[in-house]
Amino acid sequence: MKMDVQDSMVPVPFRIEKVRRELSDTFTMELKPEAGGAFRFQAGQFNMLYVFGVGEVPISISGDPGESGVLVHTTRAVGAVTRAMGQLEVGETIGVRGPFGKPWPVEQAFGSDLVIVAGGVGLAPLRPAIYQALANRDKFGKLVVLYGARTADDILFRKELERWRGRFDVEVKVTVDRATDRWAGNVGVVTNLVARGGFDPMHTTALVCGPEIMMRFAAQALVKRGVSPASVYVSMERNMKCGVGFCGHCQWGPHFVCRNGPVFTWEEASPLLAVREL
Amino acid sequence: MVQIDDLSRIIDEHPFAHGMDDTLRALIVGCAANERYDAGQYILREGGRADKFFLIRAGAVALEIASPSGAIMVETLSDGDLLGWSWLSDPPVWTFDARATQLTRVISFDANCLRRKMDADPALGYEVLRRFLPIMAHRIHAARIQMLDLYGPGPRR
Repeated sequence: MKMDVQDSMVPVPFRIEKVRRELSDTFTMELKPEAGGAFRFQAGQFNMLYVFGVGEVPISISGDPGESGVLVHTTRAVGAVTRAMGQLEVGETIGVRGPFGKPWPVEQAFGSDLVIVAGGVGLAPLRPAIYQALANRDKFGKLVVLYGARTADDILFRKELERWRGRFDVEVKVTVDRATDRWAGNVGVVTNLVARGGFDPMHTTALVCGPEIMMRFAAQALVKRGVSPASVYVSMERNMKCGVGFCGHCQWGPHFVCRNGPVFTWEEASPLLAVREL
Repeated sequence: MVQIDDLSRIIDEHPFAHGMDDTLRALIVGCAANERYDAGQYILREGGRADKFFLIRAGAVALEIASPSGAIMVETLSDGDLLGWSWLSDPPVWTFDARATQLTRVISFDANCLRRKMDADPALGYEVLRRFLPIMAHRIHAARIQMLDLYGPGPRR
């Protein structure tokens, strides 16, 4: 379903088909338009999700862009709206506006190595890019997924990470910030994995998503390894409201994050991140 | 039994020694030994005298700190990493436990032997410290990022 500008401000009712608890505070909803039809989007785009009577929040799409029959969102309950969203049950209705924003440049990365660096719930906006890359696996060199989480219990999409790691054509490395001796994997920051990942920096496109500080350090680590700042992409988060660059709430220097982003090159983002309180 | 020439070649393959002058490498090889640790075996223990450092050739090592509820892992190291810089501090005492989490092969260096050579040859001393410092800076930087608890609850919405 493609919306034009006029009706981009009107939420469309979607029915909640499935709810899955991913982590103690994170859940995934599968939605279908009540009026029927498909929902098409590109990896990296987001929707404004409206919990009726509570409020509206921007949430990245976490499903497969090749699967238009169902809309998938993974959300961490951290505030009034997302907590209310987490209380919704199968069969209830939620308002959807979107999709909005500039996507991950997955197709532009054809022919190069693709490195995905995710931190915490930042894996959710990157999952559609991973699905797209896997669907076009023969068009990339190496496909590397580097993921950092707080603890082993906070690893998002754990079964999928294990499945991807089980393939012979994807390198998946996971690290956690804290662990006990029951954890047999890596411990340390995700930037350490960037230094160890097996990819050719001169021919790499990197997609980075997570907390802003993590993205900053991950992008710096990628550039230090030799990846061009123009080939490193980050997904920014600001106070998105209208989704189409009218209201100005998400203005970030010369950009509206909702319309010119949320995906920016590190070349575009790094000078702005250096400006305090922007 | 690993011969000195073999040891020299093995050390040369490790990132720590990349680009090291032949004369200086020959000096550090004289303090080196090949070691292996089985999964679960401790390479060093907190509070013990730091009389070695290690270049990890293959395997995985967990840096741990003991707590009443069990060991807490603070970092893992693997192929190509360097383990142990407490031998450079005074007093030279290990501040963490290091446990092999799988079969791990390392080159160990006798710190007393190396310290004597570094004292006698400032060029060697400078070269060794020049190679340690970026690793130490990187580890401190990483530890600070870890302390930030980046993946905790984000903005409320």
